[in-house]
Amino acid sequence: MLLLLEQCLNGLQFGLLLFLLAAGLTLVFGIMDLVNLAHGSLYMMGAYFAATFVERTGSFVAGCVMALVATLVLGIVVEIVALRRLYGRDHLDHVLGTFGLILFFNELVRLIWGPAGLTLPLPGWLSISVELIPGIYYPTYRLAIIATALLVGISLYLVVMRTRLGMLIRAGASNREMVGALGIDIRLLYTLVFGLGAALAGLAGLMQAPILTVQIGMGENILILAFVVIVIGGIGSIRGAFIAAVFVGLVDTVGRAFLPDLLRLLLSASAASTAARALSSMLIYLVMAVVLVVRPAGLFPAPGR
Amino acid sequence: MTDALLAVEDLSKRFGGIVAADAITLDVNAGELHAVIGPNGAGKTTLISQLTGEVSPDAGTIRFAGRDIIALPAYRRSRLGLARSFQITSLFPEFTALDNVALAVQAHAGHSFRFWRDARREEALRAPAAATLARFGLTERADLPVSRLSHGERRQLEIAIALATKPRLLLLDEPMAGMGPEESARMVATLRTLKRELTILLVEHDMDAVFALADRITVLVYGRVIASGAPEAIRADPLVRRAYLGDQA
Amino acid sequence: MTVSWLDLRRIVVAALVAVLLLLPLYSWASGDAFALTLFTRILILALAASSLNLILGYGGMMSFGHAAYLGIGGYAIGILADAGVTSGFVQWPIALAVSALFALAIGALSLRTRGVYFIMITLAFAQMIYYVASGLDAYGGDDGLTIYRRSTFAGLIDLSDKVQFYYLCLALLLGSLYGLWRLVNARFGLVIQGVRSNERRMRAIGFPVYRYKLACFVIAGTLCGLAGALLANHTDFVSPAMMYWTRSGDLIVMVVLGGMGSLFGPLIGAVALLVLEEALSRVTEYWQIVLGPMLLLVVLFARGGIDGLIALARHD
Repeated sequence: MLLLLEQCLNGLQFGLLLFLLAAGLTLVFGIMDLVNLAHGSLYMMGAYFAATFVERTGSFVAGCVMALVATLVLGIVVEIVALRRLYGRDHLDHVLGTFGLILFFNELVRLIWGPAGLTLPLPGWLSISVELIPGIYYPTYRLAIIATALLVGISLYLVVMRTRLGMLIRAGASNREMVGALGIDIRLLYTLVFGLGAALAGLAGLMQAPILTVQIGMGENILILAFVVIVIGGIGSIRGAFIAAVFVGLVDTVGRAFLPDLLRLLLSASAASTAARALSSMLIYLVMAVVLVVRPAGLFPAPGR
Repeated sequence: MTDALLAVEDLSKRFGGIVAADAITLDVNAGELHAVIGPNGAGKTTLISQLTGEVSPDAGTIRFAGRDIIALPAYRRSRLGLARSFQITSLFPEFTALDNVALAVQAHAGHSFRFWRDARREEALRAPAAATLARFGLTERADLPVSRLSHGERRQLEIAIALATKPRLLLLDEPMAGMGPEESARMVATLRTLKRELTILLVEHDMDAVFALADRITVLVYGRVIASGAPEAIRADPLVRRAYLGDQA
Repeated sequence: MTVSWLDLRRIVVAALVAVLLLLPLYSWASGDAFALTLFTRILILALAASSLNLILGYGGMMSFGHAAYLGIGGYAIGILADAGVTSGFVQWPIALAVSALFALAIGALSLRTRGVYFIMITLAFAQMIYYVASGLDAYGGDDGLTIYRRSTFAGLIDLSDKVQFYYLCLALLLGSLYGLWRLVNARFGLVIQGVRSNERRMRAIGFPVYRYKLACFVIAGTLCGLAGALLANHTDFVSPAMMYWTRSGDLIVMVVLGGMGSLFGPLIGAVALLVLEEALSRVTEYWQIVLGPMLLLVVLFARGGIDGLIALARHD
């Protein structure tokens, strides 16, 4: 029972990280109709920047803030220099072009930081565990991730639903041509949205760095999960991304934790562990397949699609 | 009502707040040319899309040759003998004119799980296709890629493709859209010949053509049928004049 | 003298085929054994890319999980070899059958979607299979499985002889290309191309589109499974990495680079990509830094691939 609670919290935390990643992806896809495979590279850069800046400045918070800004700037530069020309083209072009960017970033990282990967140690005040309810301890840092991600999520929601910029974003997700016809500077809007997405990706990357990994190719693995999230949630929908991300995070984490035990009830020990390993990785794709068969446009597609 | 080739009853469709079809009831008798007219946005194209199966209605029934076809997908309705031409030209741009029509012939000439023989040499496909092209005066243009055809020729090809499926009922969605007076006159002549061979439901804005060809006319405004009957009756109907015809007729 | 661009293309292709036919001779004469190995790999990947070309180039179905069939075909060989079954007459038909079955299952589900959803779902299925393979501890899991004996064909052909194996791959590639050429111009192929051209109209004129797309998908998957069987024999090794999604990306790059929807495009693309990779990796260890942006540039400015460039050159 305690284990279940802990795993649920872990799942929530993972899901919220996925949400940050997916939110940027779905915004960019929903508004600019851009399939950006290199979104994972921005996630990776966020982690690498954080590891480097934290080491240089000696301050966890300062390093993270610098990393966030650096990723934002990087995202904007990439948009202006490379991706801008892809708007309006066939999705195949997007896939190929951004695939090229992935190769580039992976090699760039290898060139600058070497093939081994980095670590990002937590400062003392974040390494402790906190007593949630009597007898249950949970790492402060993971709580911090949950809190930060929720805060960002709420802010994003408020911006998208309550501000003029958000209105343009929502309008753009439903009807791109209209927004342009309204005389809004589309190019600026696109660059801002892309920058926002990059910042979100970088934030996710740097937040998971202390507990998971900072290595080459880390972006690709989680990128697919982010795509699964937006496909399940419905492309262009932040709300959909949130619900789907939390759902995916929970299913994946809790599934991995309890599936071996569940299978051991049915199969022999060795068969159970093999099957569990394969099945828990597959679990989330199975869910996506089911969702797509039942609702090909996702659970909460942005209206007008 | 029972020997109508096409019987539509209470067909309704909403898109969010927009009522595209409001309890439309009409029928098309075998051998007649039934025109559907109305101002832009009246729901004429939506009507055709519901008849062909591309859009599923919220309510109502569609019977074709006595058979309820509401649950049938588009390709099955085509197999039953329902064909349509599109308001916005919808061809196969990478193919030649002859290829375009031959594809339509192929769809109704058995299955296509043939993997070896060159389909472009199949006389059973090419001959009927060439004959259909000839009807529209497009024989000279048969081997040209579609991109080299004029707008009028493409509109003709648009219908030729539908005709090549040997339909019993042909749904034409503004075939004369964007045509000049000469081309329109030729199209009217072609349609007059076609009238004798099959049943036609014609959606058009060109009133000269409509009154020259139609046996019956139905008027659609905001998704509702406001009048239906013989051309003279429609021409004289005050409701219709106010809503649509104005000084045109 | 005006050379039509079709002629120019034919010349390039003919020259390429001639080079491929004579390569072992060059390799023997110059003692450069590496060229033979490299080009065997090129032929195998060209076969895989050609199978992708059928659904992507001709059919307009963008599958991002095609490398899965390389893995499936390869693992079929590997697992059978591990169990002591080394006769190619048994292994290869099984590899093809298994690939076909997977393609049928994956296609049946995926083809209910389109556009980006289709891309993602094919990607997801490929990843699923990748994870399953990673979890197969009995067959090496992540580390992969070594194949100690190549497929035997009752003495008819010796696959461990590099030259014989090379010519087998070449024969299979050219044979497949011929088969694809006939298929593409037969009734089936016209339907597939029609679907790519205007799917809506295809339905309207009476084609049950889904079943043709599915059949096409299965054919492509099966052919790729054959490439997988060849690859397993070539590297004497199978591992989940064969089907990681970036491999699917490589295949797509080959198809696009060579010019989609053209018969020899994937071969040209495979040659171009692999030779380029080899050349670049001699210049710098970090060759992907160059390849990445190059790919982007090709996408941005040379959309018709190498084929398109040839056409452009002719127009000058």
